[in-house]
Amino acid sequence: MPILFYLSSAVAIIATIMVITRYHPIHALLYLVVSFLAIAMVFLSLGAPFAAALEVIVYAGAIMVLFIFVVMMLNLGKETAAQEKDWLRPAVWIGPGVLTLVLLMEMSILLLAPPQRNVAVAVVTPKQVALSLYGEYIIAVELIGFLLTTGIVGAAHIGKQKKKSLHRFLQA
Amino acid sequence: MAPISAHTVLIVAAILFVLGLAGVLTRKNIIFMLISIEIMLNAAGLAFIAAGSRWQQPDGQIMYLFILAMAAAEVSVALAMVLQIHHQHKTLDVEDLRELKD
Amino acid sequence: MQQYLYLIPAMPLIGFLLLITGGAQFPRYVTAMIGAGSICVSAIIAITMGAQFLLYPPLEGVYHQQLWHWFNIGKLHADIGLQLDAMSLVFVCIITFIGALIHIYSIAFMEHDRDYARFFASMNLFVCSMLLLVMANNLVLLYLGWEGVGLCSFLLIGFWYESEANCMAARKAFVITRIGDTAMIIGLFLLFRELGTLNIREILALAPQYFTTGNTTVTWIALLLLAGGMGKSAQLPLQTWLPDAMAGPSPVSALIHAATMVTAGVYLIARMHTIFELSPFTMHLTAIIGALTLLVAGCSAMVQTDIKRILAYSTISQIGYMFLALGVGAWSAAIFHFFTHAFFKALLFLAAGAVIETLHHEHNIFKMGGLRKDMPLIFRTFIIGAAALAAVPFVTAGFFSKDEILWFAWSAAGGHPLLWVTGLLGAFITAFYSTRLILVVFWGERQTTPGKLPSSAMNIPLVILAIFSIGAGWIHLPHLTQVLPETVLKPAHPEEIIFQFIAIFSTLLGIMTGYMLYYLYPHTIRGWKESEGLMSVRNFFYAGWKFDQLYDVLFVRPFVFITQVNRNDVTDKIYSGIATIHLQLNRFLSVSQNGSLRWYVAGVLIGILFIITLQILR
Repeated sequence: MPILFYLSSAVAIIATIMVITRYHPIHALLYLVVSFLAIAMVFLSLGAPFAAALEVIVYAGAIMVLFIFVVMMLNLGKETAAQEKDWLRPAVWIGPGVLTLVLLMEMSILLLAPPQRNVAVAVVTPKQVALSLYGEYIIAVELIGFLLTTGIVGAAHIGKQKKKSLHRFLQA
Repeated sequence: MAPISAHTVLIVAAILFVLGLAGVLTRKNIIFMLISIEIMLNAAGLAFIAAGSRWQQPDGQIMYLFILAMAAAEVSVALAMVLQIHHQHKTLDVEDLRELKD
Repeated sequence: MQQYLYLIPAMPLIGFLLLITGGAQFPRYVTAMIGAGSICVSAIIAITMGAQFLLYPPLEGVYHQQLWHWFNIGKLHADIGLQLDAMSLVFVCIITFIGALIHIYSIAFMEHDRDYARFFASMNLFVCSMLLLVMANNLVLLYLGWEGVGLCSFLLIGFWYESEANCMAARKAFVITRIGDTAMIIGLFLLFRELGTLNIREILALAPQYFTTGNTTVTWIALLLLAGGMGKSAQLPLQTWLPDAMAGPSPVSALIHAATMVTAGVYLIARMHTIFELSPFTMHLTAIIGALTLLVAGCSAMVQTDIKRILAYSTISQIGYMFLALGVGAWSAAIFHFFTHAFFKALLFLAAGAVIETLHHEHNIFKMGGLRKDMPLIFRTFIIGAAALAAVPFVTAGFFSKDEILWFAWSAAGGHPLLWVTGLLGAFITAFYSTRLILVVFWGERQTTPGKLPSSAMNIPLVILAIFSIGAGWIHLPHLTQVLPETVLKPAHPEEIIFQFIAIFSTLLGIMTGYMLYYLYPHTIRGWKESEGLMSVRNFFYAGWKFDQLYDVLFVRPFVFITQVNRNDVTDKIYSGIATIHLQLNRFLSVSQNGSLRWYVAGVLIGILFIITLQILR
């Protein structure tokens, strides 16, 4: 299992690097799908099969579909890629790169501080998750329900293409 | 079966998070920024899963579920806004969207 | 009967509230009905109550009505409580009765004015405040009335506010009386600190036990109260506002600046007589101020050309007599002079108003002349008023009151021959300028053609006031001794009859002089006009002894100079400096609010880095 973990972690990191460096949105999204699938493998290796399944279904499935829909609706193609190429000159990377590296370094220092503990891979089954979810976390589930509802309503409202409507007196 | 150090997982999560952050800071296109935010959210989810495995508890997965739901809601609203922005401003350059300037 | 006491000030208050809220919508006759009617009702109640009071005197000699508590702070219990004793009764009757007459007169006088309702509203508020002043049973309520009349005086002097001069006059009156008011309230604070109460009856009872005669504190209190009275009653050196106050309409001058408000100082001192008796120094000072004022104002009145200014200076001078009487301890005499003065001075002002109105707003007496035949009724009433002012013996009210004051000025315990001489000189001057006024206005050549004669609404009050100007001298106010102490006389004093003869002689001499100079030998004055020395004296008197110029140099200019030095307001700079610093900081920070999303994210990141770095370095 560690082999699986290290391998899929490497895939995930490389795929993510590819995502943030692509110029064409579709390419980036496809690499993102790869990254998500690799992370699903990591979940599996950590003994969380339910999370792995959700990762594939929701992230790599539903959310990615949304992105691809939007990219297609806006018809972002070669021009966008060219524009991205124009925007992403190497100099642009310096500032964010330094800042994020510092952040990574600091997080590593904090994480690598002893004591280190190993993860004994024992599968946390979907049953356990479900019992806990609909037991002690029931309020949070309801809240998340509200959040999703507002998300739907908000998206429907914002995404509506408003037709310019003039009063009949103002129409020429 | 050699055990995996919990810290290794967390470092992977940190690397993913930092990559996502770098993407947000670097990109000017809103779509790419949103993609980068998804990476960051996913990295946070990974950290939760690792913690859940470390303590052999289902709570980590439950938190991941909540993050997932939140990400879904966020993406749907954000993409609707992207459509609207593209419709009104004919651009996706975040540097052009400065109406909230002081 | 005493449960209806509150109605006396309540009537004008209701009138004021009605007029100020709905006055603009009412037709004119409704406004007049409310404005004058409320005072008339008040007057009827007051006179009925007065009759009751005199026929069936209450046990303690006072009607008392506690309405409600105003506020309680620590030991200070301020009540809205009214009292009516013999002295208040005189004031209340005068205020309501003369007030009612003046209101009736105003119905016709203000007929064509745009702000009919505002005028009556202010007048009603004035009457209400004045009644509160004289009926209050504690000094806090008295002070409320005191400030109320000051406010109304301000509003009514500046009634015709389109003219800048009127506004300046109103402001001047307000500011100068404020000096006195400030002194007075400090006096009240001191009084409260010492005695722990501001209830008038308690103060009068406590003060003699608490203070010894001539005590420094009580002297200070008396001096401060005197300063309050001086401001309100236009006594030296705070007299300069009254002549300018004539900018208001004539009924206002008659009611506020002749009959009632300006005598508030007299009321205050008479009301607080115990305090003043404990401070002989202040008593002497009061007498001296009164004597000086009557002389200074009398001299100014001799040379004025504006009919209302003549009357204004004569008012100052007559109040000077009252102060003189108060100062020598002749309390009843002062109140008696107030009583008669209110009638004849209101009469004079109203008659002057009628003359001015008929002559198309002509104020200069040398442009009047020969009005004897044109307006006989006004002429007759005016001559009665002037005779009362000049104290023509036996037939006028002014004679009896002034004669009493002159006698007490010599023979009362606090009296002094010099005070008497000043008073006598004042009597001569008064007689002289009254004669001059009559002769110049009503005899001689006609200078201006009179317009429409005043209507009966103006004539009737004149006639009533004229009757009282003659008759009031025979009304004795013996019951005042319940409230005010008897005047203590010197152990050895001459007979009163001698003084009466001297006073009569001086009055007649004044009238004769006026008659000679302005009727028989008018060229004498023309001759005097050639003389430079006399003219400079005349100009000095004309300008009110140059007090305005003196104050201008002493106070106004230094103040203006200081304000100019401090044009940029040092204190203000500190505060605006703080504001500027914050504005700069805001500009500095608002650079970060540039609307760039990536910039914000970077900001968040740097914040995270900072916190984590702190965590590591801990």
